Amino acid sequence: MLRIERPVCSGYATEAQTIMIGDIPLSVLVASVLAASVPLIIIALGEMITEKSGVINLSLDGAVLFSAMVAFVVAKESDSLIVGFLAGGCAGMVTGLIVGYFSIYLHLSQVAVGFALSLLCRDLAYFLGNPYSRVQGPTLISSKLPFHDMLPDFLQKITTQPLTVPFALGLIVLLVWFFKSSRAGLQVRSVGENPAAAFARGLNPNRIQMLTVLAGSFLVGIGGAAYSLSLKPGWGRPQGAEGIGWIALALVIFGSWQPSRVALGALLFAFLQVSGIGLQSLFPTIPSQVFQTAPFPLMIFTLIIMHYSTSKTRKHGEKDSGLHKWLGILFMSRAPKSLGKSYRQE
Amino acid sequence: MKQLIQDIFVAVSLVFGFTSLVLLIADAPVLDAFKNIWLGSFASTMKFSQVLTVWVPLVLCSCGLLFTFRANLWNIGIEGQIIMGAIGGMAVLRMPGLENPALILSLSFVAAILGGGAWGLLAGLLKTRGGVHEIFGGLGLNFVAQGFILWLIFGPWKRPGIASMSGTELLPLKLWLSSPPGWRVAYAGLAIAITALILTWLFLYKSKLGLKLKAIGKNPRAAVLYDISPEGYYLLSIIIGGAFAGMAGFMQITAVYHRLIPAISSGYGYLALLLVMLAGYRIVPIPFLALFFAGLNVGSIQLPIVLQVDSTLSGVIQGCCVLSALFVLGMRQRRKQS
Amino acid sequence: MDVEFQHISKRFGSVQALSDVSLTAKQGTIHGLIGENGAGKSTLMKILTGYQAKSGGDILINGEKIALKTPDDAAQIGIGMLYQEPMDFPHLTVLENFSLGCPVLSRERFAASLKHLAFAFGFQLAPKRRVELLTVGERQQIELLRLIHCETSVLILDEPTTGISPAQKALLFPALKKLATEGMTILLVSHKLEEVASLCDEVTVLRHGNVTHHTYAPFRFPELLEAMFGAVPEQKEKPVARATGNAVLTMNNIQAGGERQGLELKNFSAKSGEIIGLAGLDGAGQATFLRLAAGLTIPEQGDMQLFSTKLPTSKKASRIAGKLQTVFLPADRLEEALFTDISLSEHFSLRDPKSSFWQKTETNRQRAAEAIKTFSIKGQYDDTADNLSGGNQQRLLLALLDPQSKLILLENPTRGLDIRSGQWVWEYLTQTLSPEACIIFSSPELDEILHYSDRILVFYDGDIVLNSLTAETDHGSVAAAMTGMRS
Repeated sequence: MLRIERPVCSGYATEAQTIMIGDIPLSVLVASVLAASVPLIIIALGEMITEKSGVINLSLDGAVLFSAMVAFVVAKESDSLIVGFLAGGCAGMVTGLIVGYFSIYLHLSQVAVGFALSLLCRDLAYFLGNPYSRVQGPTLISSKLPFHDMLPDFLQKITTQPLTVPFALGLIVLLVWFFKSSRAGLQVRSVGENPAAAFARGLNPNRIQMLTVLAGSFLVGIGGAAYSLSLKPGWGRPQGAEGIGWIALALVIFGSWQPSRVALGALLFAFLQVSGIGLQSLFPTIPSQVFQTAPFPLMIFTLIIMHYSTSKTRKHGEKDSGLHKWLGILFMSRAPKSLGKSYRQE
Repeated sequence: MKQLIQDIFVAVSLVFGFTSLVLLIADAPVLDAFKNIWLGSFASTMKFSQVLTVWVPLVLCSCGLLFTFRANLWNIGIEGQIIMGAIGGMAVLRMPGLENPALILSLSFVAAILGGGAWGLLAGLLKTRGGVHEIFGGLGLNFVAQGFILWLIFGPWKRPGIASMSGTELLPLKLWLSSPPGWRVAYAGLAIAITALILTWLFLYKSKLGLKLKAIGKNPRAAVLYDISPEGYYLLSIIIGGAFAGMAGFMQITAVYHRLIPAISSGYGYLALLLVMLAGYRIVPIPFLALFFAGLNVGSIQLPIVLQVDSTLSGVIQGCCVLSALFVLGMRQRRKQS
Repeated sequence: MDVEFQHISKRFGSVQALSDVSLTAKQGTIHGLIGENGAGKSTLMKILTGYQAKSGGDILINGEKIALKTPDDAAQIGIGMLYQEPMDFPHLTVLENFSLGCPVLSRERFAASLKHLAFAFGFQLAPKRRVELLTVGERQQIELLRLIHCETSVLILDEPTTGISPAQKALLFPALKKLATEGMTILLVSHKLEEVASLCDEVTVLRHGNVTHHTYAPFRFPELLEAMFGAVPEQKEKPVARATGNAVLTMNNIQAGGERQGLELKNFSAKSGEIIGLAGLDGAGQATFLRLAAGLTIPEQGDMQLFSTKLPTSKKASRIAGKLQTVFLPADRLEEALFTDISLSEHFSLRDPKSSFWQKTETNRQRAAEAIKTFSIKGQYDDTADNLSGGNQQRLLLALLDPQSKLILLENPTRGLDIRSGQWVWEYLTQTLSPEACIIFSSPELDEILHYSDRILVFYDGDIVLNSLTAETDHGSVAAAMTGMRS
């Protein structure tokens, strides 16, 4: 089977009269960015939930590949996309279970466990997925809104998307609500801030952390499935989702552990990726691989800007106004206080 | 003692159990797989010498990582440091005008160390000056190094005629590091790796530098009161780490591939991270575990041909070793508590 | 509810923290629990809240044996504790802190309840404010209200007046009395006898994990003191004032960040031979002051001179301060001054000012062995620093200190030490070290400051509000200055 590398970008040559960005029409650009950001949004939000409770799941990069592989294989064997997505989610959850058990109950370094698991999952995915390389399987196709025909052409382009798009958008809203207004959300945050105090108030920090890690890694698995079943359908080596886990980890910092900002970061990254494809045609001498890797360092280096604006804003405190304040709001980042520290019940 | 044996037994059975399970899922003959890995790595001198070619860069990277781990730094940027070492070394090898191969190779070795060290320094500066955690800074620099090597291979250093993923033109034979007849591993490589081990041991365990690195690793705030600048020693340790990685890159181009390829690091940097973790961040187990890991890597190369299973089985086993070791460690700590 | 402890014991590893402790707290009374640091008061209370498990004995509520495995079990019964260091979530808001972890479910009514309770007790708390912006006293108020809201019937207070202002104390004490008359059982842990005397109906004294005394109000202080310390600690003669010399440290128009309010000061100078005590509530600026002098905090404005050398405003400052024989001993020794997993002798190697390539293991082992003898440190040269007790860690730090030091900065030098170790530390500082050294120290114990220092600086909200010779001031005016009441 011919693997469709960027399905959302194909066929834009026929657009002539619409607004163009470079040589891509705006509507296609928006639609592509939206589609390309979906798995990333889901993965980054999954990791964000995990980190809110104080646990870093550094196995993300391998977990994404592993769940993408499981999702594709199961969907193919069962010929059901739903089952595939759920299987992907469960595969993600297994990685969460391991990271959670090792760090929460055995008090081992979260970074060490996560890193080892990341490599293990990646190789396991390649090993077990090998027979399914370059095989055709079920793909989640774009669907139209019920009132598709009533929309202007521009919106029709943007809204014709696979179901993962509304899922991701709904997830953002849900998580904003969860952490702002729900009792459970408050409990998760309290454990991430100060597990000892949470314990003193009758909560069970270890259980809350474990549940949160499982929920978060389930989402990571769904995100992985969104790669192999929708954005870059099929399995292979490379699959196309390599490196995404690391980006998602960086996005959580970029988003300052706030759902809406994390999602914004994912959109920004997708935009960089999509426009990289556009730029490639402008500079034919530079190999395509260079453009494909370019957004990764860019993302990392935004973290430097964030560090500077965070430390500046801290220093000047609340009295500052104007540019600094805005930079602060845009680039301030504050991690949950006990992130990465394992809590030992006395 | 009895407890230790029991722990090792548990860890080993976990690794075997999990690997067998994975093989069963892949519908592959379990025993044949293990047998083939053995046959492909240690069954003949030829194979063994091939294992040693992997052993050399693994040991070099591990030595570098011991320095950074001592300062409590996660030098994930080691992959990029290998690449930049290889690029630095290659830049000298490609230089026109020099005739004496020994001189060229020595200069290339120095350039590789500088390349790797500089890339390490950059990750260090990102941490001390830019406030970027070394994991993210290192990853970003890995991607940059990967982009850079691709650009070189497809651009300025491309093979006359066609640019391809298979890399640059082969080096002239006189610039290959010599190896014993019938063996793959270079004399120089073995000598450098063993020297690296000895130097690392001296520096980390006997010199004041090693103690200072340990001090900032344990408590950078207190270190200031002992007139030890954490920033300075962070940078120093990561430069040393990068320099060792650069040496590994040099070995890859002069003793293994004899050209620059996009995957010049062969993932040995990440593998060395696993290796050092498995060794419990101590130097003594490193040469032996490196031999084991190298054996797995080389032994699994022929798996796709013989058993039609992917060669990433070695990675599965290696990752599983580390997780099992961590598991046993966690259990031991738990026992100690109660 | 009546709370009864029967033969409670608790071991931490080889340390017996509590042995055979029995006492009864009756409903509607305030029961005081007193003893010196480390007597086991907090441990006993943490057992009652289910925060720590007991090793033996029983706890009876209203005559019935109960099992307390977690704080949740205790909260279900109605046992709640106000911890010494606020056990809260600084980054969350007042209302969020208030509503977390109540077994009683009434979600929407939290805001209303907070408002109502705060009004009833006369506390002023803005529900949307982040707790990190509040004072320790206000954070305690939230906790107290939360416990009342959760229908706590056994209230435990662990040193409730540490770090709070007299105004806040004036609000807290009547509130507690009112709660007791309404039928609450209150256990008050404290080492301040005046407080205990004014609040409690009964008192139990703990010493080294044993009950040494039990009595009812009114109390006789000598009797309590003897039960607390064995023999009443003789108040030593105040050391004679030392001869002073040249200026050691001068500061001009300094502004620096740090702690709650940063630090601002016009001018200050310390002379050799002086002993200066820094008083103030927690976080009022003393910590910043000490770190400025050590070159660890860089001032945003102003200039500083150490031995007439201007300190640069860069990271080099701490090195230069070190070169000028300035040393700093922070309060949190294991966090800021010692290394876990590094042995005593290796600490000496690190401290060695001579640069050498090798570690010189033998020399440093000898050095460590000598120090262990002279400073009576309980430990071996190859023990790691984290295996020492708090007092021995302080001894180690003093042993590592260069005896030639000219400016010695100490943050809470007797923290976590028993009375005798504390006296030993001061003897060492004032008698063994050169009398020309300038000593600047901070302490939460006003008595320690009044007793040992020649001059006192009082910090309040990032300003120095009092700078006076000890001989020219007294307990009352220093205490007033500490809490912002300018005379």
